[in-house]
Formats: sequence, C-alpha cells, structure tokens
Amino acid sequence: MSDPNKEWPLWEVFVRGKGGLSHRHVGSVHAADAKMALEHARDTYTRRMEGVSIWVLPSAQITASDPADADALFAPAEDKVYRHPTFYKIPDGVTHI
Amino acid sequence: MYTTDLSGKKKAEAVAEDPAKLAAFEARVAADDFIEPKDWMPEAYRKTLIRQISQHAHSEIVGMLPEGNWITRAPNLRRKAILLAKVQDEGGHGLYLYAAAETLGVTRDEMTEALLSGKAKYSTIFNYPTLTWADIGAIGWLVDGAAIMNQVPLQRTSYGPYARAMVRICKEESFHQRQGYEIMMRLASGTAAQKRMAQDALDRWWWPSLMMFGPPDDKSPNTEQSMRWRIKRDTNDELRQKFVDISVPQAEAIGLKVPDPALKWNETRGAYDFGAVDWEEFYSVVKGEGPVAKERMQARQKAWEDGAWVREAARVHAEKRAAAKLAAE
Ligand SMILES: [Fe+2]
Ligand SMILES: [Fe+2]
Repeated sequence: MSDPNKEWPLWEVFVRGKGGLSHRHVGSVHAADAKMALEHARDTYTRRMEGVSIWVLPSAQITASDPADADALFAPAEDKVYRHPTFYKIPDGVTHI
Repeated sequence: MYTTDLSGKKKAEAVAEDPAKLAAFEARVAADDFIEPKDWMPEAYRKTLIRQISQHAHSEIVGMLPEGNWITRAPNLRRKAILLAKVQDEGGHGLYLYAAAETLGVTRDEMTEALLSGKAKYSTIFNYPTLTWADIGAIGWLVDGAAIMNQVPLQRTSYGPYARAMVRICKEESFHQRQGYEIMMRLASGTAAQKRMAQDALDRWWWPSLMMFGPPDDKSPNTEQSMRWRIKRDTNDELRQKFVDISVPQAEAIGLKVPDPALKWNETRGAYDFGAVDWEEFYSVVKGEGPVAKERMQARQKAWEDGAWVREAARVHAEKRAAAKLAAE
C-alpha cells in the first residue's frame, strides 16, 4: 500500500476566466486528493487573476474520443450543409430572417 | 537555450515507421497543423520532444536556485516581493512543461529521476554562481531575455500541449526581463561602486548567455529534422545574432559595456559582428563541470529526499480516506 515510488495521481484543471464564460482546460497537476489538487491548480494556473473558479477532475476519469475515429465521428457532418443558415436562398428584400 | 538539444552530437537514430502514416504526419506538420497527445506520431518525434520538453522543465526548476539564493538578501521589500514572484513563476513554468511532457507517455517520476541521476541535462547557464545582487539584474535581463527569444517562436511549435505551455510562459517572461533590466538600470545610475557591480555582472553573464542558444549551427546535427518538425523554428546562430543585436543597444542605453572587444556594427549586414564563443567552456559545463553544478544537483536531491515523507504521508492519507468513504457508502 505505501509504495514510496508511487506518484500522486494526475488531475485535469479547468478555469473559468470570468463570470459568463465556461470553464476551459488549462493543464494538469499532481495531487494526493481533490482538495490538494485545487490548491495546486490555484498556485500553478491562477497567479495573475486568470480565473474566478476552478474545476479539477482525476485525469483517469476522462473518457475521450479516439483520434483514429475522427472520420467516423465528424466527417458525416461534412455533407450536411443544410444545417447551416447560408444553405437557404432568401430573396433580396426579405429582411429579419 | 533551455530548448536547445544538449544530448550530445550523435544523430537521432532512425526507427522503421509505416511510410503512409509518416507521410501523412509530415504533411500535417508542414501545413502548420497541431499534433495532439493521442495522434499518431513517429517514435523519433515523441522521443525528441520528451527530451526537449523535459530538459526545458528541468532548466526552469534548477533555474530557481541561483535566484532563490538572493531572496532573503534582496535590498528592499519591493525587490524581495518581485524576486519571490519571479522565482515562483519559474516553478510554474517547470510544472506546465512537465505536464506537457507527461502527455507523451513519460511519468513525472521518470523525469525527476533522470534529472537527479544526472542522465538528463538542463541549461548550462544555471551552473554559474550568483555572486552579487547585480547578478539578479543580469539574469533577469539577459538570461530571461535569451529565454524569451528562444521561446516566442515555440508558441507555434507543432506539438499542441508544448505550444500551449509556451504561450502561457511567454506571457509571464516579459516581467522577468523588465525587472532585471530595472535592477541594472538602477545600479548603473547609482554610485561608482554600484555601477562597477552592474558592469561586473554583465561581464560575467554575457558569454554564458550567448551560449544559451546552443552550439553553432554546423555542430547541431539534429537542427534540420527539428526545424522540419516545427519543434525548433529558428537556428541557434540566427537567434544568437538576434539576441546580440537587441541587447547591445540596451546595454549602451544604461551606460554599460558589452565585454567583447570584437563587437562592431556591420553596416552591410545590418547586424553586429561579435567575437567567438568559448565552446570548450560550453561543452565542459554541459558535461557537468560548471562552477556550481554539484551544488545545484545536491540542492535538488536534498529537496527531493526531504520531501519524500510528505509525498508518502499525503498519499497514504488520501488512500485511507477514500477507503473509509467507500466503506461508508
Ligand atoms: Fe521561465
Ligand atoms: Fe523567467
């Protein structure tokens, strides 16, 4: 249980730059627990008022898409141009649409 | 500088890679696309980056020592608060970079171990001692100045996490350089003794600062590959020249003299000609023969060993609490 060579787990850090913005990933820290992860994130990523709120979450808890699947996931959207407003021709003179 | 390959003069060895994947990778990089952690990348790219980023991280961490040496002796509270903030920033830089290197599959402990065992290199500049308060000025002005020159182009480096760490670092560096220049400016306009102290610091730090850009281009065998991979964006000699051209007028502006008798403005090149760097000294410092190389490593080893019980206690405590929480559910 107490293996001296075991490092503290990795946490991903998300910072809300200011009210009205969503939290954005800024980097990661090592910490023994969530409280320490918040403290380390504060010292490492917000020394110049870069944020008003921090989220930390164990890196191991993130499920990410595989870049190898990027085509299968995202390419189908490519031929669905009708999802964009510019696909539709509105006659000149028709406004507010 | 920190980002200069100090691993020796041998060429990176070639590993057989899938030619189609390799071609696609090269095309992406050539188009200034960013490579992200889980993307396919050639082994040599991964290895070179791990070495370069961890070497840079080690430099930031070891770089805290020469300046940390003066925190308790800063001449006034303003200077002390500034120096403390600067040294803390350098610690932060080390952490951003370690985290970026970890995305390539190396662990933090492996990197620490490589540094403490002497296997990993760090910038030679930090193996010189800080003898007077003026050295703190010279370091901020010249050493951080050289760092900025090297790091600004790396904000567009091809590896995403490295580029993002660089953006963050560059934002913080210019305060470092300005506070150093301000110290030099103050001393240079002070008493004769203060001015002498500033000049002496410039005399000692000038050449080691020029060495920060690494060996001359014809002695850097991996430059071409690194430039193609966008993990280096200018050659060592190009950056060194740029640094000289920018720094000489800055020295003149505060009445200090760059310690190079060969220094001369070259009208045709639109740049300064300057004397030869003592590369023998550089290579011996790389090998760990710098004036305070042993002290630096001893300080890092002591910090690591003294912290061992804290790291273990915090981890065991967290594991116990997690187990108790689980049992209570
Ligand atoms: Fe730094
Ligand atoms: Fe710095």
